[in-house]
Amino acid sequence: MLRFILTRLALVIPTFIGITLLAFLLIHAVPGDPIETLAGERGIPAERHAELLHEYGFDRPLYVQYFAYIEHVLSGDLGRSLITHEPVISEFKQLFPATIELSLSAMLFAVILGLPAGILAAAKRNSILDHGVMAISVTGYSMPIFWWGLLAILLFSNTWHLTPVSGRIDYAYFPDPVTGFLLIDSLLSDQTGAFRSAVSHLILPMIVLGTIPLAVIARMTRSAMLEVLGEDYIRTARAKGLAPSLVIGVHALRNALIPVITVIGLFVGSLFAGAILTETIFSWPGVGKWLVEAINRRDYPVLQGGVLLLGCSVMAVNVIVDVLYGFINPRIRHMR
Amino acid sequence: MTAEIETEPLIKRPAPPHPLREFWYYFSDNPGAVGGLFAILVIILLALFADQVTAQSPIEIHTDAFLRPPFWEDGGSLQFPLGTDPIGRDMFSRLVHGTRFSLLIGSMVVSISLAAGISLGLIAGFARGAVEILIMRLMDIMLTMPSLLLAIVIVAILGPGLTNAMLAVSVVALPQYVRITRAAVLTELTKEYVTASRTNGASVLRLMFLTVLPNCLAPLIVQATLGFSTAIIDAAALGFLGLGAQPPTPEWGTMLADTREFMQRAWWVVTFPGLAILITVMAFNLMGDGLRDALDPKLKR
Repeated sequence: MLRFILTRLALVIPTFIGITLLAFLLIHAVPGDPIETLAGERGIPAERHAELLHEYGFDRPLYVQYFAYIEHVLSGDLGRSLITHEPVISEFKQLFPATIELSLSAMLFAVILGLPAGILAAAKRNSILDHGVMAISVTGYSMPIFWWGLLAILLFSNTWHLTPVSGRIDYAYFPDPVTGFLLIDSLLSDQTGAFRSAVSHLILPMIVLGTIPLAVIARMTRSAMLEVLGEDYIRTARAKGLAPSLVIGVHALRNALIPVITVIGLFVGSLFAGAILTETIFSWPGVGKWLVEAINRRDYPVLQGGVLLLGCSVMAVNVIVDVLYGFINPRIRHMR
Repeated sequence: MTAEIETEPLIKRPAPPHPLREFWYYFSDNPGAVGGLFAILVIILLALFADQVTAQSPIEIHTDAFLRPPFWEDGGSLQFPLGTDPIGRDMFSRLVHGTRFSLLIGSMVVSISLAAGISLGLIAGFARGAVEILIMRLMDIMLTMPSLLLAIVIVAILGPGLTNAMLAVSVVALPQYVRITRAAVLTELTKEYVTASRTNGASVLRLMFLTVLPNCLAPLIVQATLGFSTAIIDAAALGFLGLGAQPPTPEWGTMLADTREFMQRAWWVVTFPGLAILITVMAFNLMGDGLRDALDPKLKR
């Protein structure tokens, strides 16, 4: 087991180098040199330009600059935003909990609905229920989520006035940021109605972001269940006279869950980035919206630092999922 | 006394069906796949005859007709069957002309990533050793980065625009094709027909493209079909973020971004472009699933 974890951790290093290279190139591959890029459209006098090039070390060879960049990154210095002049890393720290909260709730929503839907569809194969679940699944899988979000706002917020349009909580409430997760912070605060407000703000973005994982999980669960249900040991269990619900819910599900858990794990990381669109539509103050704004304002340090931090977070989640997966499934652990 | 030897076998075995006929037998059994194929044919026809189907130009501005509703609503007319957008352009014409961009994006992205992916996959599968490790590691790193984030970074570097968005989406799609090709090549290389070809003195290039590649095509065809739908949806997402096709191009994602702020007053300006994306993407997904089922020997009984 230890060896499995160590091999998995060793793979982190090349990935980390890849992500830093990408973030590094982000500034250097943009047409024009970094100073011009950072100066923006206003331009800069030639003298000051040469001075700055030297000051920031942009006149050194590229590989020297890369190592200097890595040194900064490893010491936690990712530069400052050109707009707010705040350190990039502290802005990220402030916004990331909102993204985690949204992604995890979306995943929870997808699993809670998707697993039972897939199991039922497999158990009642070729029934109307099965066809219905599969039709909804293929629709969800093909859904452009930026449009789905707009449609949800149009229907639930503008037409039926059920949910707020944007943000995480009403301005009337300001729970102390203990954990950064508003669902928990609002419960801890003594303001009545704060939790309710946080939930009503979360519900639409959660559904929108959770739609694609929901479709994939339902589909995956169904096909994994169908495969397992055809196995001999299931026939034996049925022949012994075990209740159908036990055969499906215990015997089959345990083995069918293995591929489903893989898919869930793969999704958690990509949801952080998938939140880019959802956050933009719902003005959810998370990392995704921050990155899109950085692109529009040409705030390159934020973009560079944000890509690096988000990439590393996804990488970390993937490693954790892999290791957990090794615990659950011994076949993976003993593969090499 | 010589007995006549029967030349005719007692039981006639029917000739095996032509592979294409067999494929169609399984494919046509799947209503979703046939529906998807039909929808794609309609979309292709719309793209070809966009100018004939629509009466209005997709970019002409009618200053007297801002935000006209579709014809079945009050104030709508058949002059603009699906209404007009906030600056008075015909929605129907823009939507129909949008099919051209979607098909262009899909085919360009799939061709670029397929060509590059097949080449890299073949090289990795044939070369083994350090080259293989280098290529596959690079693909793993690209897969670790969430695809939309990677595409955004590439567009941020290259600058916004339809061409750069297509390039970004192609790069993001690359690892899938490389992995599929390499896996298929590794399986095929162990087979005897490859050894036979090798002993006959076939060159590496001949082995790659004429001997091995044709036998790896099935999973690549499936992935390419599904790749159409991801390409269309990713490029539309970039367009929606203002990083893809630029206005006044009638690309569906860009149309959504353009008209988003008028959503409350005019539901049709956001509903139709999104619906167009959904239908197109779904058609390719349904057909891709049907292709996979029909081409996958494991599922045939």
